[in-house]
Amino acid sequence: MTLDSRVPSGPIEKKWDKHRFDLKLVNPANKRKFDILVVGTGLAGSSAAASLAQLGYNVKVFCLQDSPRRAHSIAAQGGINAAKNYPNDGDSVWRLFYDTVKGGDFRSREANVYRLAQISSSIIDQCVALGVPFAREYGGLLANRSFGGAQVSRTFYARGQTGQQLLLGAYSALMRQVGLGKVQMFTRREMLDLVVADGAARGIICRNLVTGELESYAGHAVLLCTGGYGNMFYLSTNAASGNVTATWRAYKRGAYFANPCFTQIHPTCIPVTGEHQSKLTLMSESLRNDGRVWVPKKKGDARAPESIPEAERDYYLERKYPSFGNLVPRDVASRNAKQVIDEGRGVGTTKLAVYLDFADAIKRMGESAIREKYGNLFDMYQHITGENPYKTPMRIYPAVHYTMGGLWVDYNLMTTVPGLFCLGEANFSDHGSNRLGASALMQGLADGYFVIPYTLGGYLTRGSLPKTGTDHPAFRQAENNARGRIDKILSVGGKSSPGSFHKKLGAIMWDYCGMSRSETGLRKALAEIPKLREEFWGSVSVPGGGEEFNQNLERAGRVADFLEFSELVVKDALERRESCGGHFREEYQTPDNEAKRDDANFSHVAAWRYQGAGAEPELCKEPLAFENVHLAQRSYV
Amino acid sequence: MSASGEAMNFTLKVWRQKSAKDAGRFASYEVSGVSGDMSFLEMLDLLNERLIAKGEEPVAFDHDCREGICGMCSLVINGQAHGPERNTTTCQLYMRRFKSGETIIVEPFRARAFPAIRDLAVDRSAFDRITAAGGFISTNTGSAPEANSVPVAKPKAEAAMDAAACIGCGACVAACPNAAAMLFVAAKVSHLSLLPQGLPERERRVLAMRKAMDAEGFGNCSNEYECEAACPKGISVSNIARLNREYARAALFFSDHLESGSS
Repeated sequence: MTLDSRVPSGPIEKKWDKHRFDLKLVNPANKRKFDILVVGTGLAGSSAAASLAQLGYNVKVFCLQDSPRRAHSIAAQGGINAAKNYPNDGDSVWRLFYDTVKGGDFRSREANVYRLAQISSSIIDQCVALGVPFAREYGGLLANRSFGGAQVSRTFYARGQTGQQLLLGAYSALMRQVGLGKVQMFTRREMLDLVVADGAARGIICRNLVTGELESYAGHAVLLCTGGYGNMFYLSTNAASGNVTATWRAYKRGAYFANPCFTQIHPTCIPVTGEHQSKLTLMSESLRNDGRVWVPKKKGDARAPESIPEAERDYYLERKYPSFGNLVPRDVASRNAKQVIDEGRGVGTTKLAVYLDFADAIKRMGESAIREKYGNLFDMYQHITGENPYKTPMRIYPAVHYTMGGLWVDYNLMTTVPGLFCLGEANFSDHGSNRLGASALMQGLADGYFVIPYTLGGYLTRGSLPKTGTDHPAFRQAENNARGRIDKILSVGGKSSPGSFHKKLGAIMWDYCGMSRSETGLRKALAEIPKLREEFWGSVSVPGGGEEFNQNLERAGRVADFLEFSELVVKDALERRESCGGHFREEYQTPDNEAKRDDANFSHVAAWRYQGAGAEPELCKEPLAFENVHLAQRSYV
Repeated sequence: MSASGEAMNFTLKVWRQKSAKDAGRFASYEVSGVSGDMSFLEMLDLLNERLIAKGEEPVAFDHDCREGICGMCSLVINGQAHGPERNTTTCQLYMRRFKSGETIIVEPFRARAFPAIRDLAVDRSAFDRITAAGGFISTNTGSAPEANSVPVAKPKAEAAMDAAACIGCGACVAACPNAAAMLFVAAKVSHLSLLPQGLPERERRVLAMRKAMDAEGFGNCSNEYECEAACPKGISVSNIARLNREYARAALFFSDHLESGSS
């Protein structure tokens, strides 16, 4: 089966304008007759819900935390890109588009990326108007900084809390609509199934996490804005509740899953300290503006960093990539860290770290200037490690951070299930095989504020949908399905916690499907995952019942889904016999150990179709054409 | 402070409460083999793993990002909201801060406006309702002017950011002897009234948020400053002074006008 991306015809600069004109509009008086279900309240979900409610739709919003403001967009630190070109340093819509396609190692859809770059400036306008306190220059105008993969300064930021401020802006817009009665907010709800009736997405089944009751909600369209699946690796920079459940259940109802093996390992995280560790904390990429990455030249050099003389240090990123230096894209920085560590030049007690050193920047600009730029990040580092980064270099190590893969969507952000849309990190669309820093916030808000308000109308005007309420048999079937799964988990009555399985799965995925992947390793993972899954269903322990607040049960459900989904990730990684961006196959590399793409055979989106339990999923391909950015080996030298 | 690597042991007295209807009580647990590099929540994870292995119900507690920004974690630890370390959420509190052998008392955030859910988890949705009443700037998507068309003096932008750093965790309420939500409301009122974009709704916002706050059953402020001491983001009580000024100004000069106008 071939996939129709529904990219409009015409020159790339005109596509979005043309499409917006071609899309039919919903009569303003009719919008209130449509119920729209939005799952997830991060940047994509909150901005979409607020914007759709403002247009007049009836919106119901669901999140699994106690408040929509907790969604993990809140933790994004560094910033948001936009092609404003305020610094007058050569930026343009075209350059942001180019950098993003190149940064994604030519595995994204050009038309989507161009639209993203076009919209980027309006996002900044919108956020400022909502009261986002971006950093400013003394003249009162907005400040910018640089990020990896770009040679211009196009990143807007609010200290090291940009995600927090952008999310609180979108949250405030959402809560305003709640106050106006246009949005009904359902917190502490977890989506457990998608309801497809008469060929279209018509509702969801949720578990009320406080009472344990299963609830059905019907609507004319469903928007999944449920974030990424990085927690599959157990240790990641994601929040504890991050999961694949909503998108995985949608996959089982007919939505194709695209490029699941495209996962991003962020180069600058605080290293693991021990077995007990429950998460990894990111140190924003913006730190690479002023911090210098190095390791000792000598293997096993155990001296304190301060006593290693300049001549015996290897600033390997500056050495290998003189024009981008410490600001190479994330995949390149992570891989190089792995390489020097594999050579035995890692630092710290575990030797699984490299230095990120601010001594030169402090000498050049003074400690107070560094404090103003990165104060909260330095504080966070000190809290966690007990070391003072103003005095001694930070120790950093790569960690799972973001997932470029997600549900396949067309240009309208609609999945292969009519009426099911997917926004933000949960979809696959804009970042190819590697996301550039400060682009996730941009994409989440672009999808929610400026894309879905147009494309949703296009779907709703395509033809009239039958009246479908929660009394439709499809709801009962989906509810029974969800209940059956909960009962099954509760009935195992084993001895091992869901967390212990999660940890084991994470180790398999990190070892065989992490920073580098090989045929042998992937095959090993493919053998081990089903065994672990079997073990889970034979010995998981979930005390308590289903009709109550039971966090362990929630965890078990998410781990069970990861145990299925991870197998698809490995299959996808195995199938993609090339290296690109974050997907590094050891068999396919250049003589300098850079990722070696195979454009003749793999210039496509790999979208997987569910064919039933136990059946092999079908691989469907969306060919990618590069008509505006010339396909080339990426070079940051 | 214990050095990392050396195992520590603690006696925990943890509040257990099956549901809002249950009376609740303290339960005592011995937790051994704790590393100083564990966060407080990781120490509770360890306890829970051991409870699950014994087939007992684990302790329920809210948490999510585990990096001090989402505001989901809570806990009153030895009588202090978010524990003994200043400017720190519970998830960023490390066990090296405690002495091995110590008894640690762990309770939920207690306030009339934060009803109990289970064990250490409480319902803080009152904050969402206060925000829905007025904690926003009414800008429709698409209608924003060019971002640099309104300059904002850097010191004002910085002060707005200081207030906007609030994570909505509710520690201010838990720490206040009156369970007042003044610091939470003040942070939002300050953030938005310091910025030119927030001025058109300045009066309406403060009146609406105050009214919603009172309706939720939060107490009154009696200048104890416990909120500032407990705030993991260092939000200053000077914001409460600003809230009071904004409120007085709006109530004295604008409330009649606002009530007669359409909202």
